[in-house]
Amino acid sequence: MSVRRLNPEQPKSFVFSPENLEWAKQTIAKYPPGKQASAVIPLLWRAQEQEGWCTEPAIRYVAEMLGMATIRVLEVATFYTMFQLSPVGKKAHIQVCGTTPCMLRGSEGLIETCKKRIHPEQHHLSADGNFSWEEVECLGSCANAPMVQIFKDTYEDLTPELLEAVIDGFAKGTPPLPGSQIGRQASCPAGGPTTLKDLEKT
Amino acid sequence: MLADKDRIFTNLYGFHDWRLKGARARGAWADTKAILDKGQDGIINEIKASGLRGRGGAGFPTGLKWSFMPKADPRPSYLVVNADESEPGSCKDREIMRHDPHLLVEGCLVACFAMRAHAAYIYVRGEFIRERERLQAAVDEAYAEKLIGRNNIHGWDLDIIVHHGAGAYICGEETAMLESLEGKKGQPRLKPPFPAGAGLYGAPTTVNNVESIAVTPTIMRRGATWFAGIGKPNNTGTKLFQISGHVERPCVVEEEMGIPLRELLERHAGGVRGGWDNLMAVIPGGSSMPLIPAAQCQDLTMDFDSLSKLKSGMGTAAIIVMDKSTDIVKAFARIAYFYKHESCGQCTPCREGTGWMWRVLDRMAKGNADKSEIDLLFDVTKQIEGHTICALGEAAAWPVQGLIRNFRHEIEARIDQYHAAHKVAAE
Ligand SMILES: Cc1cc2nc3c(=O)[nH]c(=O)nc-3n(C[C@H](O)[C@H](O)[C@H](O)COP(=O)(O)O)c2cc1C
Ligand code: SF4
Ligand code: FES
Repeated sequence: MSVRRLNPEQPKSFVFSPENLEWAKQTIAKYPPGKQASAVIPLLWRAQEQEGWCTEPAIRYVAEMLGMATIRVLEVATFYTMFQLSPVGKKAHIQVCGTTPCMLRGSEGLIETCKKRIHPEQHHLSADGNFSWEEVECLGSCANAPMVQIFKDTYEDLTPELLEAVIDGFAKGTPPLPGSQIGRQASCPAGGPTTLKDLEKT
Repeated sequence: MLADKDRIFTNLYGFHDWRLKGARARGAWADTKAILDKGQDGIINEIKASGLRGRGGAGFPTGLKWSFMPKADPRPSYLVVNADESEPGSCKDREIMRHDPHLLVEGCLVACFAMRAHAAYIYVRGEFIRERERLQAAVDEAYAEKLIGRNNIHGWDLDIIVHHGAGAYICGEETAMLESLEGKKGQPRLKPPFPAGAGLYGAPTTVNNVESIAVTPTIMRRGATWFAGIGKPNNTGTKLFQISGHVERPCVVEEEMGIPLRELLERHAGGVRGGWDNLMAVIPGGSSMPLIPAAQCQDLTMDFDSLSKLKSGMGTAAIIVMDKSTDIVKAFARIAYFYKHESCGQCTPCREGTGWMWRVLDRMAKGNADKSEIDLLFDVTKQIEGHTICALGEAAAWPVQGLIRNFRHEIEARIDQYHAAHKVAAE
C-alpha cells in the first residue's frame, strides 16, 4: 500500500465543461439503473484530464453527481494510484516503470535521467513547472522495456539518451512518435518477425 | 514449432488493419451465427473438449468454468473480461486489444451466449488508454454493423461495456475487479460466495482473461480436435508467450503449449544475451511464479503441468530471463517492493508481511543482514501463504521462497562480503 493524501492547496471549485458533462451523462447511462457508482473511476479520470490533476472540489462534484458519499469517492481517489493528488508538469508528467523486467534492461538509468533533468525527487515539479516524474509499477509493456508513459502514450525500448530526446521533444512542444524509440514494430522481435512471415507479405 | 496456419493471432504485431474490415479478412466474424446455432451446451462442450485452460494465470478449464453458471436464474448473468494485465512480465492482452480487438469482441458474444449473459464488461487497466480507445472503436463498429447490441443479426442481444481502472494491480484479482466495477476500492471479497453464485451487482458472473475469450471463436470454427491437437495432453492449444529481460530480442509470440524454453528463446528472441551458458535463471510465468535456475532450464517445456512439477507455474506465460550479470537478490527485492506497493491492505499478514519482506530483502541485496534472517524470511513467507483473503499473499511469498531455495548461497556470499568489508573499515 502507499500512503496518498490530498494536496494542501486546492482550487475553489470544479465543474465539468459542457462536453464533459454530456459525456458523463452518457457514461453513467451505460450502467444498470441504480448502479451509477460504477461510473466513479471514469468520471474522476475525466475530471483529472480536464484539470490536469485530481482536485478536492472535483472529488466532491463527482460524489454529488453520482449520489455517493464524498468519503467513498475520496477513498477511490486515494486508492488508485493514477489519480494525481497534486499538480503535475504542464508539458509532461513522466511515469517511469521501475519494476524488475524494466530494471533488468536499465530503468535505473532512466530514473537518473529524470532526477537530473526534472527534479531530484519524484512528484515534484521542475523549476519551470513544465515537468514532473514518478516511478510506477509494471505498465504491461515488458517486451519493450525499459519504458515510460507520458499522459496517454508509451515510449519504449529506451536508453537514458533516448529518454533525453523524448524530454527535449516535449519541452519544444514536438514530442516524438509514441511506441518503440528504436523503430521496431510493437512487440515484434527487433529486426523483423520470426512468425507470420508469409502473411506479412500480403 | 507452430505453423503459421495454426496461429490465431495473425495480426499480433499490428502490421495489418485492426478494424472490422481487416479482422473480417483474417476470418473473424465469419458466420458467427453458425457457432451460436450449436446451442449453449454445444458450445460449452466444444470448449471443454478443446482442453482450453484459462490464460489469466491459474489455468482453470474454461469450459468447466462456463458450466458453473446457473441455467435458470431470475437474475441477469454477466461476463467480466479481465483486461487488467498488471502481473510484471505480462504484455500480451495489450497486443490483442490494440491489434486484433475484434477477436475479443466476437469472443464476448460467443461466451455470453454460452452463459446466457446479455452484458459483458471489459475491465481494462487504467494505463492502457490507447488500447482502450482501440477496443472501444471495435465495439462501436460491431454495434454499428449490428453484430452485437439489441436485435443484432446473431439473434442474441448483447451489450459490451468497456470499463477501466486507474492503477491498481490488485484489481486483476477477480473479486477486487468486481468491487472496482461497482465503484469501490479494489479490495478482494471473501469467498465463498464465488462470482458464479454472486458476482457483479450480486448476480451470477464469470471472470475470464482476454486471451481466454479471444481464442474461443477460432476454437469453435476450427473445432476442439484442432485445438486439442496442438501442445500436450492437458496442456493444449496455442499460447501467447511474452519474453522480457536478458534476451537479444525481447518479444511477444504465439507458440504451441509445451514448447521447450530453449527453443522458444532461441527461435524467437535471439537467445539469451551472451549465449545459453550465460543464463542464470528464468521466471517462467510472471513475477509471482518462483524462478527456475539455469540448471533446470535445459530441457524445460513451457506448459502448466511441467512448470508446476518444478514448484513454479506457467502463470501468464510471461518469461523474464536473467543472465549471469543479474544482481538476483536486488531483482527479487524489487519484486518484493512491487507486492508491498500493490497489497490492498485489508489482511494483516499481507499488508505487514509484504513490507517486512521487502525491507529485509533490500538489506540482503546490500549484504547488510544476518544469515539467520534467511530462515526467518522463509518462515515469514510461510506465515503469509494460505493466511490471506486473496492470492496476492501467495504471489508475494512464492518468489521469495524460490529465491531462497535456489540462491541461498548468493545471499550468504553477499552477507559475508558486507561483513568483511565493514570489519576492515572498522579496523
Ligand atoms: C493478485 C492477482 C492479480 C491478478 N491479475 C490478473 C490479471 O491482470 N489478468 C488476469 O486475466 N487475471 C489475473 N488474475 C487472475 C484472476 O483472478 C482470474 O483468475 C482470471 O482472470 C480468470 O481468467 P481465466 O480463467 O480466463 O484465466 C489475478 C489474480 C490475482 C490473485
Ligand atoms: S492478500 Fe493482500 S491484496 Fe489480497 S486481500 Fe489480503 S491484503 Fe488485500
Ligand atoms: S516491468 Fe516495466 S513494463 Fe513491465
